[in-house]
Amino acid sequence: MAEATTKELLLEVDDLHVSFPTKRGEVQAVRGVSFSLSKGETLAIVGESGCGKSVTAQSLIRLVSTPPKSGSIRYKGEELTTKTEKQMQKLRGLEMGMIFQDPMTSLNPVITVGEQIREGLLRHHKMPKEEATKESIEMLRLVGIADPDKRMKQYPHQFSGGMRQRLMIAMALVCKPDILIADEPTTALDVTIQAQIIELFQEIQRKTGVAIIIITHDLGVVAQIADRICVMYAGKIAETGTSYEVFKEHRHPYTEGILKSVPRMDGNRDVPLIPVPGTPPNLMNPPVGCPFYMRCDYAMKVCKEVAPPRTDCNESHYVHCWLQDERAPSIQQLHS
Amino acid sequence: MAQEKLLEVSNLKKHFTLDKTQVVKAVDGVSFDIYKGETLGLVGESGCGKSTTGRTIINLYKTSDGTIRYKGNDVELLRGKNRRAFYRRVQMIFQDPYASLNPRMNVAMCIAEGMDIHKVHSKKDRLERVYQLLETVGLQREHATRYPHEFSGGQRQRIGIARALALDPEFIIADEPISALDVSVQAQVVNLMKDLQRERNLTYLFIAHDLAMVKHISDRIGVMYLGNIVELTTSEKLYSDPLHPYTNVLLSAIPVPDPVVEQQRERIIVEGEVPSPVNPPSGCVFRTRCPEAMDICATVKPTWQEAKPGHFVSCHLYEGKNQ
Repeated sequence: MAEATTKELLLEVDDLHVSFPTKRGEVQAVRGVSFSLSKGETLAIVGESGCGKSVTAQSLIRLVSTPPKSGSIRYKGEELTTKTEKQMQKLRGLEMGMIFQDPMTSLNPVITVGEQIREGLLRHHKMPKEEATKESIEMLRLVGIADPDKRMKQYPHQFSGGMRQRLMIAMALVCKPDILIADEPTTALDVTIQAQIIELFQEIQRKTGVAIIIITHDLGVVAQIADRICVMYAGKIAETGTSYEVFKEHRHPYTEGILKSVPRMDGNRDVPLIPVPGTPPNLMNPPVGCPFYMRCDYAMKVCKEVAPPRTDCNESHYVHCWLQDERAPSIQQLHS
Repeated sequence: MAQEKLLEVSNLKKHFTLDKTQVVKAVDGVSFDIYKGETLGLVGESGCGKSTTGRTIINLYKTSDGTIRYKGNDVELLRGKNRRAFYRRVQMIFQDPYASLNPRMNVAMCIAEGMDIHKVHSKKDRLERVYQLLETVGLQREHATRYPHEFSGGQRQRIGIARALALDPEFIIADEPISALDVSVQAQVVNLMKDLQRERNLTYLFIAHDLAMVKHISDRIGVMYLGNIVELTTSEKLYSDPLHPYTNVLLSAIPVPDPVVEQQRERIIVEGEVPSPVNPPSGCVFRTRCPEAMDICATVKPTWQEAKPGHFVSCHLYEGKNQ
């Protein structure tokens, strides 16, 4: 885990809204998400499928078909939402690299690996081919691919799943971006390979100082790698804080719910898991109040009617929950 | 635990032929017993043969070698009435709740299909039984006339469980039953399976790659690697006293959802990836990645032995050391 020594802000996302038109209506995938990212830190966005975590990440470099409906994304102080497609193209890969869940479908099967990795260098840096090849070989070495000269000339099918994910990382990092966005980078991998890739992320961050945004549903991975965590639910951020705050001092019932519903290797198997009842709401027609109220053990009348405002616990930790309101009864009172 | 053996698998092999010269040794000689009322977990990484083992037990695949005995009878030799009884007593829950239910059958048809085939209920009882099953798995009567696409992943898996329960089975093979579900929903399904086991004295073979979840649900766990079971013991022992180097690697690779614990952990990270089951390594299958590999591992296949009471392992480190 890299300490964010300099608090230099790289990215500020403020009240981001993203919707998709469908035949049956508008799906409000992201409904007012705000977060920031400092140089060299690792931010994890966690949540269940459909909570909007991937759409949030993809919106940062405008990979979604519909641009943000409202809100702002500032990268080093520059507003990204108003940029043209051409300006965005200059930014992708150069300033922010992205890797996806499935390395198999994200690589072009008919182009050599070397060609795919150096493409960014040729395009963004207008580098001569030989130099770009040399850089790419160095990059492959950095991500732990043995015999990189030979491997450059091979095609994606000649690599295994874990190796392909290493290729994706090399490709995303070859132009030395400031931010690496990783969308479920280890979900398709086996645990022993996952351990290798997480180790690689940490090593690369130590060597290059790249800031990482990792999107995942795996709380174990998050505990291992994240400095700060955003917990998303139904298109909104439920709680944000440092890794310690979210795991140990969480205030949102949803955060508590997902932590209690996963078994731990070091846990006692006689203690039953406590599932979060029900399922997330439909974002075609999201609830007006707190989106979690239907599944929440502590739900009050106000939760159904009014969306909870942001409550700051300290400078790094905030939560959207009515329980934090001073008028709310304590959790013990609600239980009895 | 009553020590009545329900299932005995001995030296089971399942090889798939690719072409004239190549054979995938998906399962290459596994032996284990399952006792009545217990949950045996099988864990391993993709391609280790855990699903093939489950599917071969229920006779979806013919064995290449070895025997599977259910209550003492070789399941491949069952004929007629006994064979039908076996298929009624042993049921399966599949991984993908989206692919394992026929989209053109409503929930009642999905659940009752087995009952219709085995002709166990009259038409009137049949619907009543479907309602009962729906309620057992936490769904409602009204759901009977709906179609699978109207349900979420967790609900579909409940339908899959109701379907498996329809014939009052004794033994259920659950092949990655929760892997496709979100974390908050996984616990719902696991708790349901545990409750049903208690109420109906079911025996489970629980196949999954998530060792933390397998540890939570299983009494005993078998760890598979490249077509072999490398270690088998109680879930407590597997965690507190793992013997096989691969088990150690696997335990170490699994992140714990706790940043304080994570910061203090020492991790064993193995190099490389699982070799191809078409051409597995000679001797011990794990030797190419094993941090403790010795010369003998390349030439001699380690024997399956009881290193400690009830604790089986197949590794040269423990050869000849059993008490």
